[in-house]
Amino acid sequence: MSAANDKRQQELAIDMKQGMDYDELINCMRCGFCLPACPTYRESGGNEAASPRGRIALMKAVVDGIMEPDEDFEKQLSQCLGCRACEPACPSGMKYGFLLEDARDIIQKKKKHSLPVKMLRNVVFNELFPKPNRMRMVSSLLWFYQSTGIQKIAQATHLTKIAPGNLSAMERVLPKVPSPSKMKNRPSHVASEGVAKKKVAFFSGCLMDTMFMDTNDSTLYILSKSNCEIVIPKKQNCCGALHAHSGEKDGAKQLAKENILAFEKVEAEYIISNAGGCGALLVDYGHLLKDDPEWADRAKAFSAKVKDISEVLYEVGMPKMRLEPQTVTYQDSCHLRNVMGTFSAPRKLLQSIEGVTFTEMKDADRCCGSAGVYNIIEQEMSMQILDVKMKDAKATKARTLVTANPGCLLQMKLGIERAGLQKDVRGIHIVDLLAEAVRYAEGQA
Amino acid sequence: MISQDAKKKLQAIVGEENYLDSKQSLVAYSYDATPNYQALPDAVIKPRNTQDVSEIVKVCNEYKIPIVPRGNATNLCAGTCPLEGGIVMIFTLMNQLLELDEENLTVTVQPGLITLDMINAVEAKGLFYPPDPSSMKISTIAGNINEGSGGLRGLKYGVTRDYVIALEVVLPNGNIIRTGGKLAKDVAGYDFTRLMVGSEGTLGVITEATLKLIPKPETKKTMLALYDSLEAAGRTVSKIIANKIIPTTLEFLDQPTIRVVEDFAKIGLPTDVGAVLLIEQDGPLEVVERDIKRMAEICQEENALSVQIAQTDEEGTALTTARRSALSALARLKPTTILEDATVPRSKIAEMVREIEVIAKRNNVQICTFGHAGDGNLHPTCMTDARDKEEMHRVEIAFEEIFEKAIQLGGTITGEHGVGVMKSPYLAWKLGEEGVEAMKTLKMAFDPNNIMNPGKMFAKESRKRVVVNR
Ligand SMILES: Cc1cc2nc3c(=O)[nH]c(=O)nc-3n(C[C@H](O)[C@H](O)[C@H](O)COP(=O)(O)OP(=O)(O)OC[C@H]3O[C@@H](n4cnc5c(N)ncnc54)[C@H](O)[C@@H]3O)c2cc1C
Ligand code: SF4
Ligand code: SF4
Repeated sequence: MSAANDKRQQELAIDMKQGMDYDELINCMRCGFCLPACPTYRESGGNEAASPRGRIALMKAVVDGIMEPDEDFEKQLSQCLGCRACEPACPSGMKYGFLLEDARDIIQKKKKHSLPVKMLRNVVFNELFPKPNRMRMVSSLLWFYQSTGIQKIAQATHLTKIAPGNLSAMERVLPKVPSPSKMKNRPSHVASEGVAKKKVAFFSGCLMDTMFMDTNDSTLYILSKSNCEIVIPKKQNCCGALHAHSGEKDGAKQLAKENILAFEKVEAEYIISNAGGCGALLVDYGHLLKDDPEWADRAKAFSAKVKDISEVLYEVGMPKMRLEPQTVTYQDSCHLRNVMGTFSAPRKLLQSIEGVTFTEMKDADRCCGSAGVYNIIEQEMSMQILDVKMKDAKATKARTLVTANPGCLLQMKLGIERAGLQKDVRGIHIVDLLAEAVRYAEGQA
Repeated sequence: MISQDAKKKLQAIVGEENYLDSKQSLVAYSYDATPNYQALPDAVIKPRNTQDVSEIVKVCNEYKIPIVPRGNATNLCAGTCPLEGGIVMIFTLMNQLLELDEENLTVTVQPGLITLDMINAVEAKGLFYPPDPSSMKISTIAGNINEGSGGLRGLKYGVTRDYVIALEVVLPNGNIIRTGGKLAKDVAGYDFTRLMVGSEGTLGVITEATLKLIPKPETKKTMLALYDSLEAAGRTVSKIIANKIIPTTLEFLDQPTIRVVEDFAKIGLPTDVGAVLLIEQDGPLEVVERDIKRMAEICQEENALSVQIAQTDEEGTALTTARRSALSALARLKPTTILEDATVPRSKIAEMVREIEVIAKRNNVQICTFGHAGDGNLHPTCMTDARDKEEMHRVEIAFEEIFEKAIQLGGTITGEHGVGVMKSPYLAWKLGEEGVEAMKTLKMAFDPNNIMNPGKMFAKESRKRVVVNR
């Protein structure tokens, strides 16, 4: 081990000591109840270090000075999906996710990335996600690539295989991106179709409003059909989840403030999110900004209003929905389920579609391995988890595999490809399916 | 410390991938569910089969390396904390269900199988394994056997001890022995099977176990009774048994616990009641209905404030949730939760709980009590903060007084959590010096080099009993 590395570890240990929430660390009573819920624990064949109890013990050991924050330690934290399935299982009410975020943030600040990685991180976290215009630009490039036939040529000539690991497969499952002009002209207000039952604000997201724009359109469509008046504040920004989970806490805080500001300006009963990963961070803004006197209360007020789309739709009631007879199954988004606590509303909505046979898959609540950029960084573990998931999905014989988060959706599409099920199974976001069902019912009426 | 020589030998047995000694692994296997105990082992080892275990034990015996067998470390007596270093032996590669014998009603398993996984497999065949420690979702069969674990159904069906009928054990010299068999009757020699139950990894390594099964009860009913006094609840317990009814479950919560549970779970429990009894009966429908009806009457006769019988399975589950959420609720109150385990004859429950209240007040510590009323196994639970040394000292004194009282009432220092390190200073209170001496002699005969889980069960120094009679 080099002297420079030694020094880095020492500094990191000091930062951990100062930066970690020790009260929270000792809240873990080491009962082990979280172990069976943890995908990495199971997939590692029962490795305690890869469990929530183990990871908390490792963080605490670093803070206590029992252990150096060595490479193994960083690797172990990186292997965690951040799916937070350990939280509902925990009798002590551990806020594991917050501990993980803090630790990653501290590690990240001390990290000496290689130049390309540094540049990439800079582009992603500072230049791309927080800047809606740039997001649109990149999506436009993708659109250009997809719509000019380059994609087909690249695919046919196996050019895409040159990209590392999953990226080539990922490239194939990316949604068809809308044209640049469409992306520019986003609505800021949508009236309810009938008399408005509720006024809601829509959190449109960054990826959701570019690459997954169709899903956002479906969301506005069904909300309006369900008699909600919708405002979409123009000044809103990326939620910051990717930042928070990758150890870029300051970036996440900045974005949170921008969003709070944007939504404070409108009056609405709920702030609606249609991506589990975003929603979960939005409800955590209160925690994220708890130490900032100027923002703490405002963040809390914001978070209190956040609701997932399916909860709202279930509450206000959907118009008639029908589809061609088909079996449907639902993969929970971890953050939607474990952090926002939403799991029955989407199921009830799917069950209420005429023609749909809803079949629950085994361990639907278990992470699919997508977890932000985990499937790129921790490819091996991610694919191992995904393959188990696809086996469970396949066993339901469902033709339609529904998710509620863009990351999970891409992962499912990837899984469908890996399992060679492209012909029989489609992956779809829940609001797209609901919109399809409303339209179908109307078309038949 | 493990010499390079011994390390090479151990690696040769299990393969390098099953011998872990990175700092990360050492930390991850340095603790169990007992608050405030932590010590690093020198290595962690994963045997793949009985032969591996035997060879590992031989090497350790030769080099005098301590072995700490570890299930999933949910024990609450610091039984798997490697206080004297050495190797932690884990059974993640030995976790198979080997045989489900429907003719003899037995199941044979490897040590690392998770209790609940086994229960599910057995119930899928319409059979029943009654011991159900609250930790069953993650505890292992060998852990259950070595702690002699019990559960909510202990009153009617007994505990782990009553279901272990055959074992394969690797002795500290590396010899492999088999005890018992799929037999109802067997008096050939000492009962080594029973000796191993509750031995806390100090006599050998269990590598296989055969467990007795029974047919699955057809139905189950649950009810909840509220009382304004502890005594009334206590009298109900005695009267139910006196009426020759043995319910499956007879659980109890005291007032401070109820208050905390309600605060946390918001299930509509009245917080001004003095005690709650959760009662369950299973078996043939007619018997269950008759017993539940009679027990409800008894509750009324003893002035229960309300008696609520669950009409559906879901309602039943909701009621048991009230009891099961007790620990969760308590655990959220303060950083350190010390779940203790004093047991008294069931006729003494009310008296014991009262005394716990007095002791807590006297020592100025916060203790809530819940537990298994039917078998007198109480869990006085202290919410504290391990960093507060001064308070921790008072907590210790309080628990000492609680054990003292339990013994005085004809009880014991632990009903189901085991002795480990936590209770070792008190073992003589229960057994007498002569009793401890006899046990030590036995341990020496099995394990002359003291390599099996050293430092557990027998303390270096026993706690003197200050007051014998008050
Ligand atoms: C929240 C909570 C609730 C609990 N509820 C209950 C309850 O209701 N009833 C109850 O009785 N207990 C309960 N316990 C205590 C604990 O769960 C039990 O003692 C359990 O049986 C331990 O199983 P384990 O697999 O975790 O074993 P461990 O804790 O890993 O080990 C227990 C003992 O077994 C030994 N051991 C393990 N495997 C072997 C082997 N193959 N050969 C030899 N020795 C071995 C260990 O050395 C140790 O001494 C609870 C604990 C917690 C944290
Ligand atoms: S369930 Fe909670 S308290 Fe128990 S070990 Fe896991 S994190 Fe710790
Ligand atoms: S967040 Fe998910 S992967 Fe990470 S420790 Fe918790 S359950 Fe395991």
